[in-house]
Amino acid sequence: MTQTQITTSQGTNQQSGETSKFIGLETQGVHAWFGKHHALSNVSLRFPERTVTGLIGPSGCGKSTFIRLLNRMHEFIPSAAMAGSVLLNGSDIYAPEEDPAMIRLKVGMVFQKPNPFPAMTIRENVLAGIRLAHLKRSNHDEIVEQCLTRAGLWKEVKDRLQASGGSLSGGQQQRLCIARSLAVEPQVLLMDEPCSALDPGSTLRIEETIKELAEKITVIIVTHNMQQASRVSDYCAFFLTDGGPGYLVEADATRKMFTNPTDSRTADYVQGKFG
Amino acid sequence: MSTVASSSQLTTAEPRRPWAVSRSTRLLGFGRILAFAIAAFFATIFTPLANVDGWAVAFLLINLAWVIGIASKLGAKERRDAVLRVVITSLAVLAFVPWLSILVTVILKGYRAIYPGYFVSDMRTSTPDDELNIGGAGHAIVGSLIMVAIATVVTLPLGILTGIYLTEVRGRLTFLVRFIVQSMAGVPSVVAGLFLFATVVKSMGQYSGLAGGLALAVLMLPTVSRTAEEVLKLVPDDIRSAGYALGARQWRTALLVVLPTVRAGLSTAAILGVARVIGETAPLLLTSLNTNGFVWNPIGGTVASLPTYIFAMFMYGTDYSNARAWTGSLVLLALVFFFFIIARRLGNKSALKANANRRK
Repeated sequence: MTQTQITTSQGTNQQSGETSKFIGLETQGVHAWFGKHHALSNVSLRFPERTVTGLIGPSGCGKSTFIRLLNRMHEFIPSAAMAGSVLLNGSDIYAPEEDPAMIRLKVGMVFQKPNPFPAMTIRENVLAGIRLAHLKRSNHDEIVEQCLTRAGLWKEVKDRLQASGGSLSGGQQQRLCIARSLAVEPQVLLMDEPCSALDPGSTLRIEETIKELAEKITVIIVTHNMQQASRVSDYCAFFLTDGGPGYLVEADATRKMFTNPTDSRTADYVQGKFG
Repeated sequence: MSTVASSSQLTTAEPRRPWAVSRSTRLLGFGRILAFAIAAFFATIFTPLANVDGWAVAFLLINLAWVIGIASKLGAKERRDAVLRVVITSLAVLAFVPWLSILVTVILKGYRAIYPGYFVSDMRTSTPDDELNIGGAGHAIVGSLIMVAIATVVTLPLGILTGIYLTEVRGRLTFLVRFIVQSMAGVPSVVAGLFLFATVVKSMGQYSGLAGGLALAVLMLPTVSRTAEEVLKLVPDDIRSAGYALGARQWRTALLVVLPTVRAGLSTAAILGVARVIGETAPLLLTSLNTNGFVWNPIGGTVASLPTYIFAMFMYGTDYSNARAWTGSLVLLALVFFFFIIARRLGNKSALKANANRRK
């Protein structure tokens, strides 16, 4: 872990094959299109194992598009296209022999709006991924308790696991969604503005959850909240658009990004001068 | 701090509704409507306007006259509001009138032949012209339910699969499938009967409940698939995304996440389909015909059904047989009503709705 943890497209070149296999998630020259609209241009980033990376930048700069490329959710949009490669522990998730469903098992996702399955109980929601992906697990009770605990929800719901997932408050629903993602044991968890619909109390709970998660898995979080980025992330990547496709301006350790960024635009953005 | 505390101590608040319309105003409005309704009734006696539709037109005209009468007291916006309110209320009443008229007629003419035995006995030992305390339509009720059950068993899986194809799979044939479903909805029911007559009845060499049920299924399928499609469209995409993001394949997501979410809506689709076909007569005359006794075997020859029972009784044309036919109609209406009640209750239990209510 002595090499630069996060490498921007302007930074060190990656020479695959020569260096030992990078453990974690890595993108190399990633582009994204929707039809003819070029949404994201040439993003190369590394997300080391067991770290939290915040993706920041103004609306429309391609953060969400980028994060959806990381677990192959991008391809659900009919006109979508992409270029470049995304490597999980060194192997390309867009390789023809890769099964997208298996990729999404390894790279989980929490959405902006809490979306528990309305027809399922809290317990069933947590176990949904195991059932949906046909995983063989016998210790269901243990999984439910463990995942809800890791998502910081266990104490609040342990006595009503048979209640509907929809009966929880917004913040609780979002933590239920996190627990649901954890049950399939992903290596990476993508979070697309997970707190944007929540009150400050719930936000704080989820931030604590994220920090605990990072002890075991890699977390990548899109956020519009600078304080949140500085609180939870180890690394930050700043995206921007000049009307054209979104691009990566700078990526570095969060402390450096917030105190002494290389690019003046980063400084302006994190200090709230625009965006 | 002290002001907040003192104000909360002072409150001896009575709950009240300053926005509510007072009782006297409401009584006055109700009395006015009643007076106008009676006036409209007299209008049907003394003017060329006649029957319920004439009454409704008279009612509308009297209301309009009243609004124009008080119009001088109102401002321009109030006047427009009052006129529109009268027009809309009257049209709603007008739409309600035929429905009420049918219901009242069927109940008034249909209660005559009702006795407990009507629901359990058949017509083997009685003729349509016998006294109303013998014989019944039990065999017709059973026949109708069996055929509708056959139609449902055939239609429900097909309809749900069609809905899934149109909303989840969205395959290349989506346009074609939707077009065919829509044109099937326009197939005259007698054609469906002829189709089953030419295929099942001819090949089996006899009329049967199976043929009748299948003819009903042909008519039921468009209703069920279109309702299923509409219901599945209501499932928000983020729920599907959540399924995919958990590493589920499309068919698992559709089966385990999307379908359970709309379980209630799909039951409603089935029941709407049942209500659509339970009164069909023409296709049954060509497929299951009619008989006088209970038939439990769907491939054992002709089967009675409520519509063909009603038809046969009216064709007989005596006072008692007509009374039997009206009672058959009443039972049929009650069955449809019963199915709709079930549909509504299931619909209210819908998981999606529970969620939507929570968010309000």
